[in-house]
Amino acid sequence: MSNLIHEVEQAVAQGRRAVESLIARSSFPHVQGRNVTFLFCGDAQEVTLHHWIHGLPGQLPFRRIGKSDCWVLQIDLPPCSRMEYKLGVAMYGRGTLIRDPLNQHAARDPFGANSVVYGEGYHPPDWTVEDPDARCGTVEDRHVDSKVFGGWREIKIYRPARFRETRRYPMLIVHDGFDYLGFACLQAVLDNLIHRMEIPPLIAVMTQSPDRMNEYAADPRHADFLVQDLLPAMEALLPLVRQPSARALVGASFGAVASLSTAWRHPGVFGRLLLQSGSFVFTEIGEHDRGPVFDPVVKFVNEFRRKPGRPSDTVFVSCGVYESLIYYNRSLVPLLQETGMTVKFREANDGHNWENWRDRLREGLSFLFPGPLWLVYE
Amino acid sequence: MLSSVILLGPQRHVPIVRAAAETLVPVASNPGPLAIVTAGWEEREPEDQEFRDHVQRPVINLEIWARVERIFERDQELLEAMRRRHATLRSVQELYRLRLQGHMDALRELFRRTGDDALLEPERHDALVMLHGLDSQHVARVAQIHHEFEARWRPHERAAVQREKRELKKLLADASCLLLAGGHIAVLLHRLRLFDVLGLYGDRPLIAWSAGAMALCERIVLFHDAPPQGSANAEVMEAGFALVPDLVVLPHSKKRLHTHDERNMQLFARRFAPALCTLLDPGSRLDWNGRRWSAVPGTQRLAENGTLQEVGA
Repeated sequence: MSNLIHEVEQAVAQGRRAVESLIARSSFPHVQGRNVTFLFCGDAQEVTLHHWIHGLPGQLPFRRIGKSDCWVLQIDLPPCSRMEYKLGVAMYGRGTLIRDPLNQHAARDPFGANSVVYGEGYHPPDWTVEDPDARCGTVEDRHVDSKVFGGWREIKIYRPARFRETRRYPMLIVHDGFDYLGFACLQAVLDNLIHRMEIPPLIAVMTQSPDRMNEYAADPRHADFLVQDLLPAMEALLPLVRQPSARALVGASFGAVASLSTAWRHPGVFGRLLLQSGSFVFTEIGEHDRGPVFDPVVKFVNEFRRKPGRPSDTVFVSCGVYESLIYYNRSLVPLLQETGMTVKFREANDGHNWENWRDRLREGLSFLFPGPLWLVYE
Repeated sequence: MLSSVILLGPQRHVPIVRAAAETLVPVASNPGPLAIVTAGWEEREPEDQEFRDHVQRPVINLEIWARVERIFERDQELLEAMRRRHATLRSVQELYRLRLQGHMDALRELFRRTGDDALLEPERHDALVMLHGLDSQHVARVAQIHHEFEARWRPHERAAVQREKRELKKLLADASCLLLAGGHIAVLLHRLRLFDVLGLYGDRPLIAWSAGAMALCERIVLFHDAPPQGSANAEVMEAGFALVPDLVVLPHSKKRLHTHDERNMQLFARRFAPALCTLLDPGSRLDWNGRRWSAVPGTQRLAENGTLQEVGA
């Protein structure tokens, strides 16, 4: 038991004011080395920590201090980790998931927000926040007609600062692109990395499927949509370098599956892939246990493992070590390398979440599109 | 070697070119236009309005980048030859980088170790001598590539180049001062060299900042302590115009270097000694009068013990 838990117990014994004083002078969750101490004060009959770290029990119980309303939990968190969590607070058999009232750090995602604790040594990267020095690009709402799907699809187009029609730009096509903008700070990241010359000025086209769980699950129509509808439309609209080496597909989770399956179905079109926490589930024997939504994914990945071909040229793969998908991503990397593609793989002490994907963008994008920072001194 | 030159830090946030120009060529006594080279900005070369607003004097943009683009349109043979040279230079730089890594790994470890200085210091010294040798070999190799290129393709004798040079000579004759802005150092250096701009201009007042200042030094030193890819070893690119003596300039050093890392800074300073490693951050200014350097307060250099000191201190 750490000194801090002892301090909490002493404060509880001294009364409410002592507890409030302790909270005021010690931030909670309190990180010391690998130890993280959580504290919850409030009415509850049971308090649990809900997280998404693969390998740990899904709910970690807090310990009530005596008969007080203070609950504590201490866990081990490796250095440079990020852990998203919620507190489960149960009263009279009814549980509620809440954000940690003592923790100001939150990470947003399409489902709301989680509390987040930073392990020792982790700091949100400075290139993920708006830099007043960096010139800002623009984001334009548009739509693209789709013969493949019928009707039209909403897209957003990022143009870099100091965009010029007379220049030719590389292009990223970003799956779940609206979410990348909203939850992974994609615009600030691009502005900053371009400003720092870590990547060249580029155009990003953000797509957002209305039915991602089906279309991104290696649906051949999605691949055709990108190649037959979106790419020609963008090449007609924007000054793009018309070479595979200047085209990247970006995606996380099912978006990574959509990226790889598109490149696999249309080899030679996209020379760069950025695959984050890909849901690359496969089976060696028997059936998978991930539910029917994964059926087409598993079918694709199994087929890809049998006949990978050479879908692209340069691939950046990242995955959090706290994700159940780490096994599948680690398995995929040697296979990608065997195809002759240049592959870089990065693991992080993080989970299946948008801030993990945000934090890997610098390394991934600068690997796929190295900028001129060594040569430019303005 | 020039008799009067001023080197400045980046101008975007702290523009001080106007004051520097007034020092070298007071408008009252020399109202001729300032000739600026913004070729390092590449396709943004013409976007010099902010600069014009700042200096409030007549300005001629020499349009060096655009002139080379015009030459490429007319002289495809030269374009292809320059592209091949560019590819060769990249390959040579990569090979140099491989050897550099080994030297730097050993030096970092030697500078990291503590213990008997009587044993360590001779090892550090000899390792630095080997590194100096590598850097010099690389500079010589690149110079040889340029020499062979010029001997074979004779760019200065080509009609398209000569036409542009004649125009430049006229523009430079009327200029009161030549200014070299920053940007892409290789583009700037190679395009200035193609037209022999500094030769055409002669020994007259010169102001340069960021990459422009780098181009005037004996060697072009590329540096970044935290690149997103690859190693953080500073690299020698090739020889510069060597118009200012014993100087390595480090634009944006506060952003590009871990200046608080004294061990690393010590290695950096000793690697390039006896050249003075000078930080060119916004507001920095170094004046050369043909004999010695002087600097405005706040302009710093890397001392050989790895600390930052005022230039002149």
